[in-house]
Amino acid sequence: MARYVLRRLLSGLITLWFIATATFWAMHAVPGDPLLDDKATTPEIRRNLEARYGLDQPLWRQYLLYLGHMLQGDFGLSFTQRNRAVNDIIRDHFPVSALLGVAALLIALSGGLLWGALTARYHNRWPDHLIMFGVILAISVPSFVFAAWGQLLLLHFRAWTGLTLLPVAGWGTWQHLIMPALVLGLGTMAYLARLLRATLLEVRDTDYIRTAQAKGVPPGRLFFHHQLRNALLPVVTVLGPAIAAITTGGFVVELVFAIPGLGRFFVQAVQQMDYTVIMGTTVFYGAFLVLMVTLADLASAWVDPRIRLE
Amino acid sequence: MTMTTPFPTPADFQPLLPDDAPVARPRPPRSHWQDVRGALVRNRQAWASLWLIVFLLLFALVGPRLWPVDPSLQDSDRISEGPALGPVTARVVAGTRWPGVTVPDHPARGEIPAARLEAPRELRLAEEATTQGVRLVWTPVPGAATYVVYRNEFRPNGPTELGLPLGETGAGNRVGFQDRLKLEPVRYYYAVVAGDGVEESDRYRLIEVTPRRAIDPERAREIDPRLAPGATVTLAVHPLGLDSLGRDLLARLIHGARTSLFIGLGAPLLFVGLGILYGGLAGMAGGWLDDWMMRLADFVVALPFLLFMILLRVAFGIQSGESGVAPMLAAMVLLGWPTPARLVRGQVLQIRHAGFVEAARLLGVGRWRLLTRHLLPNVMGVALVSLTFAVPGAIFTEAFLSFIGMGVVPPTPSWGSLCQEGLKSLWNHPHELLFPALCISMTVLAFNLFGDGLRDALDVKTRERP
Repeated sequence: MARYVLRRLLSGLITLWFIATATFWAMHAVPGDPLLDDKATTPEIRRNLEARYGLDQPLWRQYLLYLGHMLQGDFGLSFTQRNRAVNDIIRDHFPVSALLGVAALLIALSGGLLWGALTARYHNRWPDHLIMFGVILAISVPSFVFAAWGQLLLLHFRAWTGLTLLPVAGWGTWQHLIMPALVLGLGTMAYLARLLRATLLEVRDTDYIRTAQAKGVPPGRLFFHHQLRNALLPVVTVLGPAIAAITTGGFVVELVFAIPGLGRFFVQAVQQMDYTVIMGTTVFYGAFLVLMVTLADLASAWVDPRIRLE
Repeated sequence: MTMTTPFPTPADFQPLLPDDAPVARPRPPRSHWQDVRGALVRNRQAWASLWLIVFLLLFALVGPRLWPVDPSLQDSDRISEGPALGPVTARVVAGTRWPGVTVPDHPARGEIPAARLEAPRELRLAEEATTQGVRLVWTPVPGAATYVVYRNEFRPNGPTELGLPLGETGAGNRVGFQDRLKLEPVRYYYAVVAGDGVEESDRYRLIEVTPRRAIDPERAREIDPRLAPGATVTLAVHPLGLDSLGRDLLARLIHGARTSLFIGLGAPLLFVGLGILYGGLAGMAGGWLDDWMMRLADFVVALPFLLFMILLRVAFGIQSGESGVAPMLAAMVLLGWPTPARLVRGQVLQIRHAGFVEAARLLGVGRWRLLTRHLLPNVMGVALVSLTFAVPGAIFTEAFLSFIGMGVVPPTPSWGSLCQEGLKSLWNHPHELLFPALCISMTVLAFNLFGDGLRDALDVKTRERP
């Protein structure tokens, strides 16, 4: 196990270095100059600005400096927001995104397990068909459409009854969290439910289930202890990609619900071409995702010995 | 020969007589692809999805011929009109200036402070309300210095919810007002409040008005030069309604389908092709080369998509606010190939050591023939399935990128950009978001279900033979 952990951590670190390097060189390969516009009016100002942002150094030194800063967790200064460090932006806005993401993941996990178990339990009967219809719907509709419909639903509820069920947008209280988290978790929930249904049905036909049945294990115990437990493995394996999906989905949901998270900030930086913010948040997100995927891998290796012996 | 007992009898060990010998096979041999086709046809869901895909493709390809409406043509009189199956008629009405109504024997200047002013006793329409103008008349309020007219699309519940202030009459005896501000044939709530020139009263008089659709004589002459004011004209049919700039939604959906399906099918075709090539090579090569090639694929998967999207946009010379189909396609291809490559490599590794390939090699079959006869056909199944499942992803990506303004940007229609535009007027005109969202969902659904069916049909283990 220790060997496996070490190997996974090392490959995670290499991936991270690859992301950082690719980001740096890709950013510098782009034609254009962040100081081209009206900021640098005289050569003197330009020199000062270049010195401030470290652009007067040769490229390889810039790269090493960038890597060095990054190792110390310093992502530099924003180009469009004066004197605001990328670190501050991340520190201010990431907790919001993380809270939303965790809430969405919890909803996706609990919902996915519940619906998946129910569909397999009532295989080919009406609860199965009903839930699978919902699951297919949730998989085929883009998250921003769900976000819009969610808001519309809240508005209509308010218009009909005069009661405010949940706030339509914004951030601050736990009520603000519910709708966006639900919308964000919906796609992943449907995906997990579908996956669990398939694996549960696969497990149902195995020899050990038949043996347990023959031994006279009661149905509830059979389902939870024999069927569900073995079917959960693939779910653990896809947790990493699921977290990635929720993270990228968060961009749009934060935009629609006006949540001051890092995702919305990233989209804004993209629209304003704020290079340092884009680079910093990209590497930060990359690191976060690599960490999550590695953790998910380790978790599945811990659950399933076959993986670490591969 | 029937078995009555599970135990063999001595008769079972007798040599077969000539007429007991196995006869000809009960049915002609069927190829793998014939089996797949049969399994697909029997899977009703997958078969229906296939027809839905065909329909969507026809929608994009033949649609502009069947519905030759210009998707960029604007009809400013019919902004955000909802879907209508039948013909829509409009009255030809000249939108003119209206001096309003002045009550001669009422003082123009009022002396009573706003807090004590009553609401007008009666509020009515001076003539039939049309989208060319709504003319309101009310009874004067004693002591009022001016009147303020409000408009709302919802029923106001109090003096703070009257909505948009349209204007002020400026005198206590001027009791008429004409509203010509972007009127649509929907229900409005007009409210009139008396004021003392500084403040307004809390009491208001409300009227519910649904203007009749009307067009300007000038525009009516463009349709038919004989039309005079007062006549009724039948307007062009827009089955799915119009968008917030008065453009036909069906035409925009058809032309959007061209963009969205081009990206949604083009990108997966390219990157799955690339993946087959890469994965096939890695699988065939084996050893350290395979190791390194797959490690590279792992890294590419981890690369941030949005960043490359931005870079490619800049590299392609696309300014922010412009549409970029090419960079979107390029970004998807550049970052999308590792997943199919991984699948194909796995398949190639599996087949390479399969008995039939070893046997063919022993028989002296050449490299090329081995590749084309044995390896490629067996990889095709995996490739096809990953292609079908890649299409929904690509369509979602297009929609997502267009939604945040990094992909197709208005005025170029695509399903994603149509959704983005439709979201702005969701409350009043939900059809503008509903139809493009429906198109995206239908396509994604069809490809998902077809992919499921295809995977089951290709899987020999789950497929039962007829």
